Amino acid sequence: MALLEIRKITRRFGKLEAVKDVSLDIEAGEFFTLLGPSGCGKTTILRMIAGFDEPDEGEILLDGSPLAGTPPEKRPVHTVFQSYALFPHLTVAGNIAFPLEMAGRSRDEIRRRTGETLALVHLEDKGDAFPHELSGGQKQRVALARGLVNKPRLLLLDEPLGALDAKLRERMQGELIALQREVGVTFVFVTHAQQEALALSHRIAVMNEGRIEQLDVPEVLYSSPKNRFVADFIGTINLIAADVVESTRHGLRLSAPGLGEIAAPALMQAKSGTHGTLAIRPEHLRISPHAERAELKNHFAGIIGEYLYLGDVTVYKVRLDNGLLIEALATNAGPGRARFHEIGNRVSVEWRHDAGVFLQN
Amino acid sequence: MPASSSRTDKGGRLTRWLVTLPPALFLVVFFLIPALIMAAASFREPGEFGGLAPLAERGLSLDAYRFIFDDVIYAWIFAKSFAVAGLTTLLCLVLAYPLAVLIVRSPKRQRDLFVLLVILPFASNFLIRIYAWMIILGPLDLLYRPVAVIIGMVYVHLPFMILPLYTNLEKHDPALLEAAQDLGASKWTRFWRVTWPLSLPGVLSGAALVFIPVLGMFAVPELLGGTGDLLIGNLIKEQFLDNRDWPLGAALSLVLTVVVLAVAGVSSALTRSRGQP
Repeated sequence: MALLEIRKITRRFGKLEAVKDVSLDIEAGEFFTLLGPSGCGKTTILRMIAGFDEPDEGEILLDGSPLAGTPPEKRPVHTVFQSYALFPHLTVAGNIAFPLEMAGRSRDEIRRRTGETLALVHLEDKGDAFPHELSGGQKQRVALARGLVNKPRLLLLDEPLGALDAKLRERMQGELIALQREVGVTFVFVTHAQQEALALSHRIAVMNEGRIEQLDVPEVLYSSPKNRFVADFIGTINLIAADVVESTRHGLRLSAPGLGEIAAPALMQAKSGTHGTLAIRPEHLRISPHAERAELKNHFAGIIGEYLYLGDVTVYKVRLDNGLLIEALATNAGPGRARFHEIGNRVSVEWRHDAGVFLQN
Repeated sequence: MPASSSRTDKGGRLTRWLVTLPPALFLVVFFLIPALIMAAASFREPGEFGGLAPLAERGLSLDAYRFIFDDVIYAWIFAKSFAVAGLTTLLCLVLAYPLAVLIVRSPKRQRDLFVLLVILPFASNFLIRIYAWMIILGPLDLLYRPVAVIIGMVYVHLPFMILPLYTNLEKHDPALLEAAQDLGASKWTRFWRVTWPLSLPGVLSGAALVFIPVLGMFAVPELLGGTGDLLIGNLIKEQFLDNRDWPLGAALSLVLTVVVLAVAGVSSALTRSRGQP
């Protein structure tokens, strides 16, 4: 039995269906992420798990028993709010002790566990500080400590890294993973930042307009998106409109208008004549300076339009001869500038016959 | 560069003087000098038919203060006035708090209307409103009793409690209550552990705005209270108008001022020591 079972829940606000018939299971110890653009319903689901909202249809079960009718203060579920919502009139230690006091723990136990949790988030020396004296990252850690101290069955995190700057955000991601591993509490994380979701999660549910588009481990979501939304939302991807010419066990033969034939990995459901899109990641593309001597099966001539030099990698935008703009990523680990292409250079964009995914329309 | 910056400095200083001088002058002429006159008067002797006795003839004396501290009736009236002020403040707080919470929780447009309703009574004259209370309390057989004084005091000062509370409560982040609930706090616990401590600055400034004016108020006890309901305000007024003992009136005023300043000091120290930004 899963720790949390969400069964066919729907939530309407007036005419708007914020969450439509969503079902999912979250296992104990998991770092589970709800990922999607703003307004996709992910926060509504989080609030329904916390108890601030109730589904109009369907039910949510924790450890097999329905949560309906149990108010937030009675649920063994704590939340880390986006704004942290630290109590400004309490010290850091007072904030962390709060849930323990609410649970009626003894004074000794409160002192001991507050101390342990402060150590867990590396804030031993900040116990007597007030929240307004802390930096953003420290506030974040206090919020996490306060959510974890009473050992909830589930910790809900509502875009907790959203207010931090890029560098700090990256560091907190690392701390978050380590923390979750250490305490073993099940995390349900809500974010619109796909990179954050990929970096942190065991499993991700990609949501759009109140529905789950795809639920899987990060690697599968990235390499085998089920539809255009998931392909487009996670990472960068090239989308090439194409029709199936031939479909076999070994692969697909596609025809792209203006480009010609493309070899793609097999897709059982694809029949010849099916319209669709070939989705292929920039890192699967290779740029060769010799437009004539192509090495891979799929190769198309084009001209370098522009590039973004990012240090470790360079992103090239290549205008193919049929007018399609395609993005290719090259690592800058090669010797010298041998692989560096200038704007206006005529090149060949190539990829393996088993790269990319064909998405039916 | 230094030359031009010093010139702008001079300009800034001039502007500052021009802006602060008129109000400062006003305060000196109409507040500081009269206060000093009062202080000086408290050390003089009363004139035979009111006013002050000529300085050359009678000189300075501490008679007025001796009189106040010798006669227990003054201590009694001070204590009674403090009790009335304290009770009024408490009643205002109990009545104003739920109202302020209600206003803060109502939708934005209604909120502005409610605030307008709170300050609307100021549109009519204070004395007229007290006469209106005489008309209300008379038939109820409550007029000229201590309870009438309390009712009048609470009525007059209630807006001064509601407004600071409202201003304070409006600034509370609703996420804090949600966080408290999420972490296991029941409705009452949420109030006592989050809303109440965060509202203390509002409570204290409201209390100061009620407590201090009530101490000096003489119109309400005079009009609504009985003969036994004299407060310090009435006492001071009587010394100047009825008894014609200006030094005693001045001394009473000074003692009251010192006590009020002490109360205000304690209240602001309490607010500051709470460690809030």
